[in-house]
Amino acid sequence: MRFTGALTSPRMRQILTPSGALVDEAPMDDALASRLYRAMVFARTYDRKSMALQKQGRLATYAPFEGQEAAQAGSAAALEVDDWMVGTYRDAAAMWMQAYPMELLFAGRTGHEHGGRVPEHVNVLPPSITVGGHMVHAVGLAWAERLQGSSRIALTYFGDGATSEGDFHEAMNMAAVQKVGTVFVCQNNGWAISLPTAEQTATETIAEKAIAYGMPGVRVDGNDVFAVYAATREAVGRARSGEGPTLIEAVTYRMGPHTTADDPGRYRSEADREEWVRRDPIERLRVYLSERGRWDEDWQMRIEEQASSEVERAIVLAESLRAPEPEEMFGAMFAEIPPHLAEQLAEAKAAP
Amino acid sequence: MPTLPIWKALHMPEMMRYAQAVNHALRLLMSADERVFMAGEDIGVYGGAFGVTDGLLDTFGERRVRDTPISEEVIAGLAVGAAITGMRPIVEMQFADFVVNAMDPIVNQAAKLHFMYGGNVEVPMVIRLPGGGGTGAAAQHSQSLEAWFAHVPGLKVVAPATAQDAHDLLIASVADPNPVMVFEHKLLYKEEGPVEVRHTTEPVVQLGEAIVRRSGDDLTIVAYSIMTVRALEAAERLEDSGISAEVVDLRSLRPLDIETVRASVRRTGRLLVTHEAPAAVGVGAEVVAGVVESDALDHLLAPVSRVCGLPIPMPYAKALETATIPQVDDVERAAKELMNA
Ligand SMILES: Cc1ncc(C[n+]2csc(CCOP(=O)(O)OP(=O)(O)O)c2C)c(N)n1
Repeated sequence: MRFTGALTSPRMRQILTPSGALVDEAPMDDALASRLYRAMVFARTYDRKSMALQKQGRLATYAPFEGQEAAQAGSAAALEVDDWMVGTYRDAAAMWMQAYPMELLFAGRTGHEHGGRVPEHVNVLPPSITVGGHMVHAVGLAWAERLQGSSRIALTYFGDGATSEGDFHEAMNMAAVQKVGTVFVCQNNGWAISLPTAEQTATETIAEKAIAYGMPGVRVDGNDVFAVYAATREAVGRARSGEGPTLIEAVTYRMGPHTTADDPGRYRSEADREEWVRRDPIERLRVYLSERGRWDEDWQMRIEEQASSEVERAIVLAESLRAPEPEEMFGAMFAEIPPHLAEQLAEAKAAP
Repeated sequence: MPTLPIWKALHMPEMMRYAQAVNHALRLLMSADERVFMAGEDIGVYGGAFGVTDGLLDTFGERRVRDTPISEEVIAGLAVGAAITGMRPIVEMQFADFVVNAMDPIVNQAAKLHFMYGGNVEVPMVIRLPGGGGTGAAAQHSQSLEAWFAHVPGLKVVAPATAQDAHDLLIASVADPNPVMVFEHKLLYKEEGPVEVRHTTEPVVQLGEAIVRRSGDDLTIVAYSIMTVRALEAAERLEDSGISAEVVDLRSLRPLDIETVRASVRRTGRLLVTHEAPAAVGVGAEVVAGVVESDALDHLLAPVSRVCGLPIPMPYAKALETATIPQVDDVERAAKELMNA
């Protein structure tokens, strides 16, 4: 039995059903909906291409996000271009929407330290590889913006598994009690490697954890780009106006393996996945746009071509990056090369 | 002690992988002692990130082989609590790197409780930590953090190099009434070696016993974990150049068997220490100090040498990763320099 007590778990908000019908007011006009549709097609193209490249040995281990496009696109779209974003190894779609260049996303996975060299004016941190470690930065980023009198906020992505780390609880509590402008977006994709969410937490939902910290917790259909967008826009508004943080739980599903090194057949059944194919985030928006006369085969073909050529451009650029020289490692350590590394550098240069 | 003729040995060694040897030890420990249980991330149906716990859930059930949420601090902390009651927890950090999330229960609690409770409690827990680089897993999944723990009074630290030692040292670690950190090396998991599978939990090796893996006269190479394997290969090559290298595998970093190292140096007169972790404030420095603090100092014919990982986070790019980790070539070159010094 799960504890429910006097508290009730938040209901899951939905605006666009899996069959593409509106059950609430659309939070955006058709132009934005079309742009988000296109962004999700780009994201899926990038994701599938990455899986293929990894199989060919052209990318290192890759963590696919297929199925989570709306959770990422809907939330990223609610940010200003200069708001901060701190995500994980599975959030490439959101990072790209916040202007992280696609070639750097690829470079990061070709074993290139360049992948983390974020261009100036892009306020996205490179993906966090340790689970949970980055959520605490999101508190500091927003805190610092407030100190500097700016209205920039910070949004952080993490999985259901990450909510078991101390970082999650410390970050949430600190942000809430200090009224820091951080938006916490949990993509609850049902799994943390082999552990299902029900074994990760004894609460019915992730969103209700917010109650304990004194902040709003919202649960949305993570495959409904409208619901995700609406919830994030609200949370961003609160954060920007100094009312503090919000926890958003986007309920979604990891359609692929944990990473290319994983075989989900070892711990979950194909039947669950089939169920989620029917809740696909892209298809339902396609139906919606099509009914409003904003989608046709021609346009679909055009954006698929654009997506393919953008992905192609990025991978070619990433692969053309010069292989890093051993000396570069030393230069990257500190702001200035300290004596002990200068010595190592001299040795490296002299080495046969 | 005379060697038993092979036909008199009770059990013939089998060839198996290091990961499998650990698995066998876990099976033995779990079967032999109801107090032993395991907890960690993806150790159940998944069999562990490196397959080490494969099949244990089926054999011993969920009560004793427990998948946990992603909570390293409480994984270590529950081991502390359970150990205090007299249980024998064996918990796993999925990667050694994640132990940084569990420092309080290990460093401030496990290491100190026996002392702070006036000797009234024991904390017989074991943490297994897959560490090391060379797998292309970059900065946050490749570290060799063993020296951190060797520095803390109250902890024991082992780092087996062979499948047999991975088997035997785990048995010895569980038998020990103190907290023990067992650093396994991810690249070694797939290495095969002869393993005599034990059938009792009586330790065959004690914690704090180094072993001379190869005898030689010209220099002493001290190593542990994967660097033992590389040192042995280097010694093989040095032989071709007419250099006779002795290789000492520390096996245990705390307690440290400095006497075996000193005895070797007294004979060879030259000392080279190698480990994958960076040199600064590391195990190598401790070994060198332990040698020069004794009369072995008088036997040194040349300055001592350390061949260690570069003092930078593990790079992702393959070529840079290889350059960061000491390779066989590096050990061989340093040994030759030492001979010419
Ligand atoms: C501190 C830490 N502990 C464990 C891991 C190993 N690990 C990597 S991803 C992962 C599962 C994370 O699950 P979740 O947070 O739900 O995110 P998802 O991968 O499903 O997107 C684990 C256990 C890690 N990288 N960092």
